[in-house]
Amino acid sequence: MSRGRGTLAGVLRRPAGAAAVAWLGLVAACALVSRVWTPLDPFTTDPYSAWAPPSAAHWAGTDAVGRDIASYLMAATGTTVVVAVSAGLVALVVGLGLAALGSLTARWVRDSVAVLIDVLVAFPTLLVAMALAAAFGGSLAVVVVAAGVGYGVTIARVSRAEIRRVLREDYVTAARAAGLGQLAVLRRHLLPNIAPVLVVQLSLAMATSILAEAGLSFLGYGASAETASWGRLLSDLQRYLGVHPWTVVWPGLAITLTVLALNLLGDAIRDAADPRLRTRTPVPTPEVTS
Amino acid sequence: MTRFVLGRLLLLAVGLAVASVLVFGVLRLLPGDVAQSIAGTNGTPAQVAAIRASLGLDRPLLVQYLDWAGGLLRLDLGDSLVTGTPVAGEVAEKLGVTLPLAGLSLVVGLLVGVPLGVLAAVRHRRASGVALGVAAQVLAAVPVVWAGMLLIALFGVTLGWLPTQGFPIDGWDDPGRALRSLVLPALTIGLVEGAVLFRFTRSAAVGALDEDYVRAAAAKGMTTSRALVRHGLPNVALSVVSVLGLQVAGLVVGAVVVEQLFSLPGLGRMLVADVGRRDLTKVQGELMTLTAIVLLVGLLVDVLHRRLDPRLREAGS
Repeated sequence: MSRGRGTLAGVLRRPAGAAAVAWLGLVAACALVSRVWTPLDPFTTDPYSAWAPPSAAHWAGTDAVGRDIASYLMAATGTTVVVAVSAGLVALVVGLGLAALGSLTARWVRDSVAVLIDVLVAFPTLLVAMALAAAFGGSLAVVVVAAGVGYGVTIARVSRAEIRRVLREDYVTAARAAGLGQLAVLRRHLLPNIAPVLVVQLSLAMATSILAEAGLSFLGYGASAETASWGRLLSDLQRYLGVHPWTVVWPGLAITLTVLALNLLGDAIRDAADPRLRTRTPVPTPEVTS
Repeated sequence: MTRFVLGRLLLLAVGLAVASVLVFGVLRLLPGDVAQSIAGTNGTPAQVAAIRASLGLDRPLLVQYLDWAGGLLRLDLGDSLVTGTPVAGEVAEKLGVTLPLAGLSLVVGLLVGVPLGVLAAVRHRRASGVALGVAAQVLAAVPVVWAGMLLIALFGVTLGWLPTQGFPIDGWDDPGRALRSLVLPALTIGLVEGAVLFRFTRSAAVGALDEDYVRAAAAKGMTTSRALVRHGLPNVALSVVSVLGLQVAGLVVGAVVVEQLFSLPGLGRMLVADVGRRDLTKVQGELMTLTAIVLLVGLLVDVLHRRLDPRLREAGS
């Protein structure tokens, strides 16, 4: 526990880490507050005030049907948080499950799982999502499953290597020689040592899922029209790009800042948790775009 | 080397087989409504059953899969469930837009990412190097859709320099016009991919600055940046090549989104439309084609990497 607190302090000491935590805190606060209050109702349309420029009444202006963009963006933070957290959890479960199968089991099982991970890591998340959308129709659940499973494979690859590294360490051999059982080794030595890597990967998984949500909602297979979502607003505004090109700045900025904050948070945790990792070349994320 | 290539080919075969099972399986998770949608809402159960039989959807799943997978081996992707036309022909036609788009995007990404990455490494202790790093960090967080919209807003709507919608009807008959309509889409994907390539190049080049051969050359009187360009670049290039395979997945995904945004008649846009129509055979064919491209390029990049790197070449033989 004290180690976790030390890492948190280390993250907050870094300017980029502190800024990332501040922005993510704001996003989380907006998500909570928007359940009970937004400046205006995000779905109320008002044709007389369509395309209003930013003002005291409409902080970010209004869209084609007169919806208040600031209120809509605020309501949509809830969607982003739910998607990112669920996709992150799915990725963690899938990743750890595959990694455990690929490192702690009988040799033939773990070798086949290793090949499977290598094969699956090449599949672009968006294609998985499109296959699911063709079967089930588009929805945020499809986004969560596709992004979670897609990034989970990356987590599996990274943490499998990490598990195998830790299991070869002298202190594990010593603990085993001293009579510590398999489960106790996992709990006492393995988990604490791979936890920093997992937390970093979790924040990257959440960043990827936000990008995936934006991409899929734009294609029409993500959030439904009744759900406020940043990606959905981008796709709504896209139709008027020829007349009102610059309103798309707002939802795009919200997405970019949140993804950036998660990436920076991941970097800061990595640096704070383990100084040795700092010199390592970054693990290639298979797919940064969506 | 031969053993390595054979091993990689085996992995490619396994990858394609897994992909075909996944693609086919996922699309069959729900019983196909295609027959129902062809028959329309007034179709009687007998009509629906007849349509299902004529499309072969009433056969056991395993038979359907083997039939389809056997066709794949002959590059036959089956017939569209909605229009009845062969899928392979349409896919090949659409690749005429998607492949040039992906290629151009890669060129943009390399032209932006690699030189700036080396520059940022040479100046990594100075403000300009740090600023480049910050810019790349931000750009890597930008959704491709939004990057495209901003480019349309700037170069298309505000400045009016470049076309933002569509592709010439006569295709590549007028290469200049066709190319012009790919400029903004390729810039969109290329800039975002370039930000990723930038970060790999920079970290490889910063690593090379610490290597003995660069320091030795610097000690003999070369400037550090000249030593890096002269002796470090081959190593930096190797690192970049090794991540290119993973970047191709990004290019393909970028193409799906960008073709939609710029109304380009490519494979990605067709996929998005066919998913909406639930034309299962076409979706299967399109997903397999895109996956095959990603896996194939991954293999080519691995082999290239192996050939270029003398250390790996010796280790493998």
